Amino acid sequence: MAENNVKIHVSHLKKSFGNLEVLKDVSVDVTQGEVVVVLGPSGSGKSTFLRCLNRLETITDGQVIVDGYDITDKKTDINKVRENIGMVFQHFNLFNNLNVMGNMILAPTELKKATKAEATENALKLLKRVGLLDKAEAYPSQLSGGQKQRVAIARALAMNPDILLFDEPTSALDPEMVGEVLQVMKQLASEGMTMVVVTHEIGFAREVASRVIFMEGGYIVEEGTPEEVLDHPKEARTIDFLSKVL
Amino acid sequence: MIRIITTYGGLLLTAMGQTLLLALCGLFFACILGLIFGLLSVLKNRACNIISIIFVDAIRGVPMIVLAFYIYFGMPALFNGLMGYNAVTLTALQAGTICLSLNCGAYMAEIIRAGIQSVDKGQMEAARSLGLPYWKAMYRVVLPQAIRTMIPSIINQFIITLKDTSILSVIGFPELVNTAKNVVANSFKIFEVWTLVALMYLVVITVLSRVAKILERRLNRGRE
Repeated sequence: MAENNVKIHVSHLKKSFGNLEVLKDVSVDVTQGEVVVVLGPSGSGKSTFLRCLNRLETITDGQVIVDGYDITDKKTDINKVRENIGMVFQHFNLFNNLNVMGNMILAPTELKKATKAEATENALKLLKRVGLLDKAEAYPSQLSGGQKQRVAIARALAMNPDILLFDEPTSALDPEMVGEVLQVMKQLASEGMTMVVVTHEIGFAREVASRVIFMEGGYIVEEGTPEEVLDHPKEARTIDFLSKVL
Repeated sequence: MIRIITTYGGLLLTAMGQTLLLALCGLFFACILGLIFGLLSVLKNRACNIISIIFVDAIRGVPMIVLAFYIYFGMPALFNGLMGYNAVTLTALQAGTICLSLNCGAYMAEIIRAGIQSVDKGQMEAARSLGLPYWKAMYRVVLPQAIRTMIPSIINQFIITLKDTSILSVIGFPELVNTAKNVVANSFKIFEVWTLVALMYLVVITVLSRVAKILERRLNRGRE
């Protein structure tokens, strides 16, 4: 594993909210093109872990290096680093005051990544890719949950990121809409996007993940290939969790 | 009544113009103050929050008539005492504008704070996750959504401020109430004059609130 292939390097990450220590000691490396799926019971710290990777949560202790930038260093321009890490949220978080196109071109044009014409052209390509070309003028309130999440993914892609973070992207969706979102994510994975996905979709983990991480109580309890973790778990807590969700 | 209108109508209309001028000046600076202190109260910075709380509490805790006397008579007296006779003089319009903008600004700050806090935190997070700096995210994503929820309260505050200009008759600004007092003193038509004044306020405020309602509907059209 060549050093320059490491996109995300996390060592001894700790995160506390007041007296509550949510992440106790997390170390992990994510290499280019890897799809890492993070599983675990609620309260295990997996969402907090993900939100530390682009510093949406301030980091209490430890080191997180993304794309070669130490984001735990106060001097690092976090906005520059974030341009290269897209994030997809459980509740979509589309900008309600803008239509789909407005959502897609806001960041690229504001951050001078593209002119309005270039950003629009790119946005149309991305919307076509997620199957929502006809919704460019629609407002978020006019879209279904699955459509919102696909727009959210396209919006993240509009910044042309190297890494995508997914925070329970299908948890707020009606069951019949989960498939369309997972389909887009699978496509991204097959194209070599580096992804870190927090999810409860065991099927997605089995099919797409290059590595599965099981977290509980602020630690990584077990990690390995999907076969290792999902089919032959070694740790008692992993076995217990899987017996409940499978 | 007709005689009153033909004789004093022009005078009272001019006074209404002065009332509107004062209200507009006050509202203009109140919006600026409200935005500044409203933003200070939502920043993740304890010192900024405290500055905003002190401003809002201090202004809300003092009746506007006292504030008016304080600014128009008190402040010049203090500076003239320190710096010599007539070092600082304020016109009634200047003092009135300061007074109204401080008073209305404090309430506007609260309206703006509540409006910003009513926008889901995920909106800011999503904007920041794309690499937008805090102020760009605030300006392009959070504020436009906050303003939509703030509009009814802002209109209400504008109407209150328009009516509050009448308090500034005490510092001798020639707005409607002050002028009406003089008209009453000249004509002795107490009932007629105050009826006319009440009607004038009623008409102006009713028209303004209708216009505001139409504007509000326009802004919300096509959304949700």
